[in-house]
Amino acid sequence: MQDNQWPLWEVFIQSKSGQPYKHCGSVHAPDGAMALENARDVYTRRNEGTSIWVVPAQYIIASTPEEVGEFFDPANDKVYRHPTFYTLPPEVKYI
Amino acid sequence: MPELTQQELETRFQKKIDDNLYIEPKDWMLDKYRKNLLRQISQHAHSEVVGMLPEANWITRAPNLRRKAALLAKIQDEAGHGLYLYSAAETLGSSREEILNAFLTGKAKYSSIFNYPTLTWADIGAIGWLVDGAAIINQVMLQRASYGPYARAMIRICREESFHQRQGYEIMLTLCRGTAEQKAMAQDALNRWWWPSLMMFGPHDKDSPNTGDMTKWRVKRESNDELRQKFIDRTVPQADFLGITMPDKDLKWNETTQHYDHGEIDWKEFNDVISGHGPCNRERMSARIKAHNDGKWVRDAATAYANKKVHKVKSL
Repeated sequence: MQDNQWPLWEVFIQSKSGQPYKHCGSVHAPDGAMALENARDVYTRRNEGTSIWVVPAQYIIASTPEEVGEFFDPANDKVYRHPTFYTLPPEVKYI
Repeated sequence: MPELTQQELETRFQKKIDDNLYIEPKDWMLDKYRKNLLRQISQHAHSEVVGMLPEANWITRAPNLRRKAALLAKIQDEAGHGLYLYSAAETLGSSREEILNAFLTGKAKYSSIFNYPTLTWADIGAIGWLVDGAAIINQVMLQRASYGPYARAMIRICREESFHQRQGYEIMLTLCRGTAEQKAMAQDALNRWWWPSLMMFGPHDKDSPNTGDMTKWRVKRESNDELRQKFIDRTVPQADFLGITMPDKDLKWNETTQHYDHGEIDWKEFNDVISGHGPCNRERMSARIKAHNDGKWVRDAATAYANKKVHKVKSL
């Protein structure tokens, strides 16, 4: 059998209940269960997490930096999506 | 989008660095940048891994359970730091196998400091205090290095290193407040680790040819001599507090520069250790290779188990 370091898994950690999951790095593991245990040992030695996701790196689809301009372009000219676009008289409260 | 010329790509890349932005794995980067960073990050990772070996020597002989638990936790951190860094290095397009292979075949280097032996328990104190102290100075700088995955790994590492340095200093403090014999042991460890710790910052600026590009690319933000000086200025008062002295008769406070002056470093020793002739180079490499080979059956078994599970699911 060929010696190898196993597939790559990306690790996401939720630091506290209610918080979003954040990417923190990657581990190598032969399967999901071991990826989860490796991620725990590598990234949460000091209570950094309440929950972990591991995702096979090959299944992550990412936007490409070269196309970033066009990709995010549809949102650039839509100032009316922001609350500050609308001017209201100062007497109106709680809005 | 029109194709950018090589020149435009390079200008854009450098501007991003100059604007204090970060380069991410999929961004366009100079080939030289990729190569240099891959070398630096993987060497850094190997150093963390080899760094476990001198300390492992004292796990079974730690003076009490508290010290033993702390030392184990520290060594486990070093393994973790190695893994953070391997994972950052891999984002530059090299596989874990290739990176490890370069290390195990002696093609990649690791920090020369780990080629010195740990002769007494006080060496564990001196390593935490001095070696981790020197590493922290370098790593704090690297927290803002231009390569995103490297900078992020450094932030995690720095958060953890401060425990390492404090536990080391506490060992020294306990020895220095103990019997005359214990204090002498602390002094002896300082005598042996002081100069190698200063060498960790690398050659003098005037003899350091690689610095230019790394500075331009915002990887190295302070020079070897500046970092070394910072380390000396911080560490000498800590030794004064312990009541032990640096093995350097030329070391003295300079009122004009507001820094400590120090004696000349033995660069011949530095070069000897780097080129493989330190006290423990061979021992460290063979221990690492043995650990890798001894672990092969575990990697094979886990792979076989994972494959078997996949086949089972498919046949259902």
